[in-house]
Amino acid sequence: MPSSPAETLVVGAAPPVRAPARTEPRPPPPARTPRPAAVALLRRLRRVSGLVAVLLLWWLGTERGWLGATTPSPAAVWDAGVDLIRSGEYGEHLAVSLERVARGLAIGIPLGVLLGLLAGLTRSVEDVIDAPIQAFRMLPHLALAPVFIIWFGIGETSKTMLILIGPIFPLYINVLHGIRGVDNRLVEAARSCGLGRWGLTRRVILPGALPQIFVGLRQALGIGWLTLVVAEQTATTSGIGYLMTDAREFLRTDVMFVVLVTYALLGVLSDLLVRLLERRALAWRRGFTGT
Amino acid sequence: MPTPALSPSPPAREPAAHDGVRVHGLRRVFDGRVVLDDADLTIAPGEFVALLGPSGSGKSTLLRALGGLDPEAEGHIEVPGRSAVVFQEHRLLPWERVWRNVTLGVRGGDLRARATAALEEVGLAERADAWPGTLSGGESQRVALARALVRTPQLLLLDEPFGALDALTRLKAQHLVEALWEEHRPSVLLVTHDVEEALLLADRALLLGDGAIAAEFVVDIPRPRPLDHPELVRLRTELLAGLGVHAPAEHGRTA
Ligand SMILES: Nc1ncnc2c1ncn2[C@@H]1O[C@H](COP(=O)(O)OP(=O)(O)OP(=O)(O)O)[C@@H](O)[C@H]1O
Ligand SMILES: [Mg+2]
Repeated sequence: MPSSPAETLVVGAAPPVRAPARTEPRPPPPARTPRPAAVALLRRLRRVSGLVAVLLLWWLGTERGWLGATTPSPAAVWDAGVDLIRSGEYGEHLAVSLERVARGLAIGIPLGVLLGLLAGLTRSVEDVIDAPIQAFRMLPHLALAPVFIIWFGIGETSKTMLILIGPIFPLYINVLHGIRGVDNRLVEAARSCGLGRWGLTRRVILPGALPQIFVGLRQALGIGWLTLVVAEQTATTSGIGYLMTDAREFLRTDVMFVVLVTYALLGVLSDLLVRLLERRALAWRRGFTGT
Repeated sequence: MPTPALSPSPPAREPAAHDGVRVHGLRRVFDGRVVLDDADLTIAPGEFVALLGPSGSGKSTLLRALGGLDPEAEGHIEVPGRSAVVFQEHRLLPWERVWRNVTLGVRGGDLRARATAALEEVGLAERADAWPGTLSGGESQRVALARALVRTPQLLLLDEPFGALDALTRLKAQHLVEALWEEHRPSVLLVTHDVEEALLLADRALLLGDGAIAAEFVVDIPRPRPLDHPELVRLRTELLAGLGVHAPAEHGRTA
């Protein structure tokens, strides 16, 4: 009497498993692996090695004139940066820019999450709000900058509004799809354990959607910085975007590069922040981490 | 392992304060396709019933209806107040520690202690703080069993809980379920594909066919049951015939 294993796999019309990595315990690492501290150091070195290579290439490029006569060398940019910081100008403008992004994200992110939650948890809400949100999403929101200036004036409001809009869409979409992707069989099991609507949301649906929500957060931050650049290009006399515009007027490419480097650093830092959050919140994950 | 009572249905140790299961005229239609049609089923308090049937015959559908997980099932269903389900897959929440999974949805104080007690019963107390993703298949299934036990169910619904386990682990899991049943005496409905599993564990084996219980086999053999008990061998042939398998005289089956 064969107890056919193939047969036991037929499970009605259940949705496909989005298997959250249920694997056997890993085999112990091979004996030749060096000490963990050394491994960590090596990884850290590898991580900065790419950046160092870029800097070297940049330096070499300006030295040899590959990048044209007007491209400043890393050293010149460093000097310009130090000057700007010393004069207090840099700090002032950076503070203004950070505040703009913070204000926009502080409203945009919760709004996107909220809309995604409402649509994800309630079909009728999704039916109503999904179509308009998708329509707005297809508008390149950066093209709204002039319109926003007409609507909200040239002050901070129009800038905040512009930065606020962008992050809503990636969060909405990722929260919604994260929720839709939660394994229905887990929901059923939790329901059989007596969990109500609120308990299901808090202990099953939200945690299940969290990996996807983090993807949305990453994209939202990226869009936030991008929007900042555009928002500060016109109608302002403060912020690092203005610093750049101003430098262009006076052909100060070194200052322009200081701002560019600043954008890059801000992007890297915010990604680091998300990674940190992610590592704490998704400690249970046993996904593929590369070889 | 406590195996105190040898008679098939001894008086319940914890007097079961419920009337068991009574299902009458259960009907379930999926998109115009009738899966369950006027099915009747009773399970006495503390009785162990196995449910067999071909794949797709509606076993899981019946079990889900009993577990209150199918709002679209029609008919009269009477079940005790506290029931718990163990599914074919463990269905543990990967983002909650093992002990939090065990007490999922349990109200009241000192959840940790209750989880530990339940995990001890399945021999996994030391994994209470592990992530489910780090457990083996058999361990996960035992945690799922602990999650059911912690609710002190009056009705325990098991949907092929050992289907995915290897033969040896399955044997151990069967002993575990038997011991736990003898200790706590819930009514049990065990869905299984394994005829021997049904005959080893159940007081009664039911065959599901054409949307209703098509045949019933009373297994009146004292526990623990040897696989080669003549009555068991006879029932096995009958059950297999009921499932449409007319086995030739088999020899040397490794169990
Ligand atoms: N949600 C659903 N929608 C449509 N059809 C369904 C659904 N759930 C189950 N069915 C159908 O109902 C029938 C019975 O399914 P069920 O899962 O109860 O079978 P089963 O007896 O448990 O089979 P198995 O032994 O393979 O687990 C199957 O034909 C299945 O396709
Ligand atoms: Mg089934």
